[in-house]
Amino acid sequence: MASSIARAEPATAAPRRAPAQAALSVRGLVKSYPARRAPRRRGRATAAGARPVLANDGISLEVARGEIFGLLGPNGAGKSTLVRQLTGLLRPDAGGITLLGHDLVRHPRRAPRLLAYLGQESTALDELTVALAAETTARLRGLDTAAARRERDAVLEELGLTALAGRPLKKLSGGQRRLACVAAALAGRRQVLVLDEPTTGMDPVARRAVWAAIDRRRAQEGTTVLLVTHNVIEAETVLDRVAVLDAGRVIACDTPGGLKATVGSEVRVELVWRGEPPRDVPDIEAARRLASIAGRRWTLRLPPDLARALVSTVTQGPAFAALDDFTLATPSLEDVYLALGGRGDGLVRA
Amino acid sequence: MNPAPLAPAARPWPALRTVYLAQLSRARVARIPLLFVATFQSVGIMILMRGVVDGGDGEEARAVVAGSAVLVVAFVALNLLAQYFGQLRATGGLDHYATLPVPAAAVALGTAAAYASFTVPGVLATAVAGGLLYQLPLGGLWVLAAVVPLAGAALAGLGAALGLLAPRAELATLCGQLGMSAALLLGVLPAGHLPGPARLLRDLLPSSYGVDALAAALGPAPDWGSVTADLAVCAAVGAAALGLATWAYRRAALR
Repeated sequence: MASSIARAEPATAAPRRAPAQAALSVRGLVKSYPARRAPRRRGRATAAGARPVLANDGISLEVARGEIFGLLGPNGAGKSTLVRQLTGLLRPDAGGITLLGHDLVRHPRRAPRLLAYLGQESTALDELTVALAAETTARLRGLDTAAARRERDAVLEELGLTALAGRPLKKLSGGQRRLACVAAALAGRRQVLVLDEPTTGMDPVARRAVWAAIDRRRAQEGTTVLLVTHNVIEAETVLDRVAVLDAGRVIACDTPGGLKATVGSEVRVELVWRGEPPRDVPDIEAARRLASIAGRRWTLRLPPDLARALVSTVTQGPAFAALDDFTLATPSLEDVYLALGGRGDGLVRA
Repeated sequence: MNPAPLAPAARPWPALRTVYLAQLSRARVARIPLLFVATFQSVGIMILMRGVVDGGDGEEARAVVAGSAVLVVAFVALNLLAQYFGQLRATGGLDHYATLPVPAAAVALGTAAAYASFTVPGVLATAVAGGLLYQLPLGGLWVLAAVVPLAGAALAGLGAALGLLAPRAELATLCGQLGMSAALLLGVLPAGHLPGPARLLRDLLPSSYGVDALAAALGPAPDWGSVTADLAVCAAVGAAALGLATWAYRRAALR
């Protein structure tokens, strides 16, 4: 079993293939936030712990035109900081960003004329109706009134929001509100879409509508999409390529299939114990040493033959008596993330 | 690689109009309850003051009515706008506008104009109620057509700047409340009755010039020269405050 985890070392952060025609090129991007002021004691600041936080630590990546490219990582990995620099909201400390041939570090105000951004917050739109949120955003993207209204009607229809057009966003459920924000982001054509966790809180129907709308734009207009997510299932199903971020660095960048191949044929075994596992069974004790344990749940990544043997052990005798549940699954991007040395626990499977 | 063509940016006037109309619709959609509170507060103050101030066109009565009417502008344009921008900034809501190709001035001025507009019903209701309560001639109320936009510009500009510059949303709220309190305490009493330092503070407050213009217009024989001078000060402060608000927006929203 020990050999199965020998690959779990941090990988180097090199994109596997350089896209022929890059829509976005990021080179050595560094961004740190100033240290938080240390607690004051008797009017004097203490120096302890006052270090700047390095949110992006030398990020480089290339995104091809027409590609759906993902940034995957747990909370705090530096995804949103990266996106805020790409959209002109933050100035990098060092490094370069070229979007569709434009230097965005030198000309950040060109970003809104090249891309549409969907952030995580909707406070600017919350008190508008769904229709007005889409129309206003289209108008502010430079469309005249008639074109903005056509665009509004089309995007609401496309996302199944027509029936909610007259409702204020803040009166909608979380998923519906998010969908209305997606409608605003898609209103007014842009060559690049930057979407920060666009489907958070949505039901499957709404998710499908969002992905269909994005696919349509890619097929018809060659739109490039940069998607921030911490949802591994979504990342596996919709992305052409994905950069895995951890602690401000790109720890891997490839297609989801290519990344999963890096963990080979390992499978994930999850065991949930009802009571105390029988440690006198040698295979169970060996499994315990390899497992990552969270309460009563053990998670192991094993070659298929060892996984089969372990499943056989736990489905009979004293182990079976103590077992509550077990699952056997092929590798996901979460396994890739952990195998590459990712340190966070914030990825979700939904 | 040749750079891709840039999509057109929103032009300043259509963008300002779009922001203004979207903000106006918030009052219809959200029915911002504090808009009503602003009016109730001013009418309440006039009723209270009626106990100690005689009716008729005396200086005190005109000061109370004019001060209460302009207080609605301070409540909404200064206090509520400071809170709105403070909250928008704290929650990342400014990113929405900052990632659209819209001039900074269109967002700052469009929002300020909408908040100034929110005050119109409350100011009218307060001025008419005050005129009746204190038996003042209502013929001069037409001057509100100049007082509301000019005092509104000055106070909304300051409110927007406070909300956008305050490092925390709570500080923006605090500053807005203090500004409104100053307009209340220094606005509803005749300037002549205030002690020296308070009179100096009153002169520094842009709303005072709107109060003076309206108080003069409510008199039996208004001195239109001094009304015009007061309104000119309001206009100048308004232009400066809106310039400050635009600068503050650019600083808060754009890197």
